[in-house]
Amino acid sequence: MKMDSLPSPLQSGEMTRIETTPNAVGSGAGSKPAPVATVRNICKRFPGVVANDDISLDFNAGEIHVLLGENGAGKSTLIGILAGMQQPDSGDILIDGVRVRLGSPRESLDHGIGTVFQHVLLVPSLTVIENLMLGGSWWQKLARSAALARFRELSDLLGVKLDPDALVGKLSLGEQQQVEIMRALWRGEKILILDEPTSMLTPQGVRDLGDVMRRLRAKGVALILITHKLAEAYELGDRISVLRLGRVVGAILPDERQQMTEQQVTDRVIAMMFGATMPTDAADAELLLGRAEGRRARRLVDRSGAPRLRATQLSTAAERGACPLHDVSFDLWPGEVLGIAGIDGNGQKHLAETLAGQRKAASGTIMLDGHDITAAGVPARRRAGIRYVTDERLGEGTVGTFSVATNLLLKEIGNEPFWRRGMTDWTRIHDHAREKIEHHDIRTPSEKTPIGKLSGGNIQKVLLARELANDAGVVIFNKPTYGLDLQNTRLAHERIVESARHGLGTIVISTDLDELLEVSDRIGVMYQGRLVGIVENGPEVELEIGKLMTGQTLAAGTGS
Amino acid sequence: MSVDALPLTPDRTREHIAAVARVAVPILLALAVGGAILLILGKNPFTYYGYVVQRGLLSWGGLQETMTRMAPLLLIAAGLIVAFRAGIWNLGGDGQYLLAAVVTAALAPALIDTLPRGLTLIICMVTSIAVAAAWSLIPALLKARYGINEIITSLMMSFLGTSFANVLVKLFFRDPATTVPQTRSLEVVDRLPRIFGTNVHSGILIALAVVILVHLMMTRTAFGLRLQIVGANPAAAVHAGLKVGWLTVATFALSAGLIGLAGSVEILGVWGTVRADWNPAYGLLVVPLVFLARFNGIAVIGFALFFSVLMIGGESASRRIGVPQDFVLMLVGLLLVFLALVEYLDHLRRKRAGV
Repeated sequence: MKMDSLPSPLQSGEMTRIETTPNAVGSGAGSKPAPVATVRNICKRFPGVVANDDISLDFNAGEIHVLLGENGAGKSTLIGILAGMQQPDSGDILIDGVRVRLGSPRESLDHGIGTVFQHVLLVPSLTVIENLMLGGSWWQKLARSAALARFRELSDLLGVKLDPDALVGKLSLGEQQQVEIMRALWRGEKILILDEPTSMLTPQGVRDLGDVMRRLRAKGVALILITHKLAEAYELGDRISVLRLGRVVGAILPDERQQMTEQQVTDRVIAMMFGATMPTDAADAELLLGRAEGRRARRLVDRSGAPRLRATQLSTAAERGACPLHDVSFDLWPGEVLGIAGIDGNGQKHLAETLAGQRKAASGTIMLDGHDITAAGVPARRRAGIRYVTDERLGEGTVGTFSVATNLLLKEIGNEPFWRRGMTDWTRIHDHAREKIEHHDIRTPSEKTPIGKLSGGNIQKVLLARELANDAGVVIFNKPTYGLDLQNTRLAHERIVESARHGLGTIVISTDLDELLEVSDRIGVMYQGRLVGIVENGPEVELEIGKLMTGQTLAAGTGS
Repeated sequence: MSVDALPLTPDRTREHIAAVARVAVPILLALAVGGAILLILGKNPFTYYGYVVQRGLLSWGGLQETMTRMAPLLLIAAGLIVAFRAGIWNLGGDGQYLLAAVVTAALAPALIDTLPRGLTLIICMVTSIAVAAAWSLIPALLKARYGINEIITSLMMSFLGTSFANVLVKLFFRDPATTVPQTRSLEVVDRLPRIFGTNVHSGILIALAVVILVHLMMTRTAFGLRLQIVGANPAAAVHAGLKVGWLTVATFALSAGLIGLAGSVEILGVWGTVRADWNPAYGLLVVPLVFLARFNGIAVIGFALFFSVLMIGGESASRRIGVPQDFVLMLVGLLLVFLALVEYLDHLRRKRAGV
């Protein structure tokens, strides 16, 4: 039950994901045409890892081929190879039965392989049509009328309505993605690769994307969909291949797929993903399915005493591309986990930054244990016990080129005992890092390794080690498990619940409703910069939260 | 930074070789192509380079000139390293340098009449540092307050600074006793003391000390680490609660101050006066040198020596062999081209290796 695939808040708590009947899929399964693209025995090694180990797959016209697998399973590497960004160490790529070499993204595009990456790669200050014309060769004149003709052709194909002269920066993420798809198909619509396309979209955006994909399939495009979400794989996939540790460990073929129910598909996929380790990873499987209700044991939070943190009518100044806060008020008691739900971009970022002290409140107050800390900056709040685990782990949480050791102390620079009268004691800093690495099970070659070389899960462990150290009183987690694989997600959840049990006031901001349902005591919902309601976590709260998320109760005037 | 105690694995050896090659290959290529051009001009390149080395490094007089030339280059390099490591591209060096030089040239002859030499020299240096730092305030504040790109503003302030320095010489500090507009001269005996009876003034010692101190500051102090965080990831600096605005202004002031010290030392050590329209334009010359050294304060000493030999030796060699003086500048240009090329190839190599 991912939030971004909520079909409609009006439907019951037992949710179907993307509205389509399972029977509608599998149109390309009839005859047995030759595959449009084939990868054969692809191997790709990086220092210390075999990313792709003898991978062979077929991609057929008019078929959506889903690639499933955990982080590090080798999906991204395979996509990188097909997109021409990486070259395999060995193995062949065949397009229409002919062996080709994809030496660069351009060559890949020339063969009709278009890729839409997870993050938007458009120029926000240019218009839609200008972005689409960027791919031309430098000696060619910008032929606007020809480009517009192609634009209209693709608009019809995709069934979307976009203004070619709209600035890309002003479009919603869903519309930007449509532009990305157009760009990917610009030079021929043979193969379209979509890398986790729904992770940034609203429910409406997810629905639209599903429609676009089905239209393309009907037109005979070979689609490759990379996803973490089993529900998506079931709804959209004709053929499902599961990757694990760089190998293809199993597949569900279109013929089989048509005969199977959703439950059967998910059971099969989970069996493939976890193989023999199934019993020990039962919790992972539950998490993957979003069926972790069993673990939602609520703690009883004592709210009779004074709250640890009290925010009163917080507002922030508007800023380009970010949603400001309007009159946000809430209390947080020691030992409580307050979840903050909402579709991405409804003020969550400003809330986290304002509480952490890295953004000034335009009005309102923040009280910690009865003291007004509204004017305090990050260092003062940190000393007072406020910690912020940011979702932008490499963007702002760490300095990628600096060592793990330095990053572990990024917020303590100049403090004793690692610095004495401003002089750095590197020996002590490295000793401290080794201790943290050991204690938090951070997998790194050394404490001097640049943190940017670690995996997302390990970077998150560094952030947790840094933020939860020494007398934390209130911890704000922003999307704590974004981009993490199942094991690291579970670890992060355990850390959150564990620290709350020790009396920390905890705020968890997430767009993943399942996550909030699992860890929270109460769940607040943000909509357009307002905290539109706070509900006690319990059975059947999803419906209420879903309504709040789309602003439906605003009319009733319950904005707090 | 503590020394890596890891054993030399083949990988690490390869990285070390690559690090040396990144520097040595562009230099050798520049010298080779420069030599080819000399051949085309009908001159013997070996004679030319021989003269360069002989004059710039091997002859006693030339070596002294080389050492003297190193002083301003090193101080400017120190100033640029502070800024560049903090991700602040202070390209206003020439303006800061000249203003500081003019202030020193105006103050020194006036103070020496009433104050002892040591005190005069120190007051001149401190005032020059302050003036250069103040000149950097406008780009610094614009950057800190409004995020305006300092490359543009500092460069524009540099043009204003060089012109303003000229105005000062011609209108306010002009020595009425001379026909060519210039400031009053500081007598040779009153200038920076020479080292052990040589012609090399003690500015080189100041410069070496400063560049080493800057290196230690960047690698071993909390302040240096903060600056580098601002440079490497400004968002992380905000996240960690660093005062980015204040650090920006401080970095600019420190950077400009050190460049100002270079101007002051050059006047106190070598010239004793500033003539109108004098502009050695060291500020931009040192930029590639600092990049060659990868912002490392120790490595930059070697490059400053190399550049100084090339400049001093090149002047004399050009004269003796009969090529234009600007041939040295052409060598520097070639060096930059090959530097960029090798850097690009190295980038590709790393990408392929997946490092």
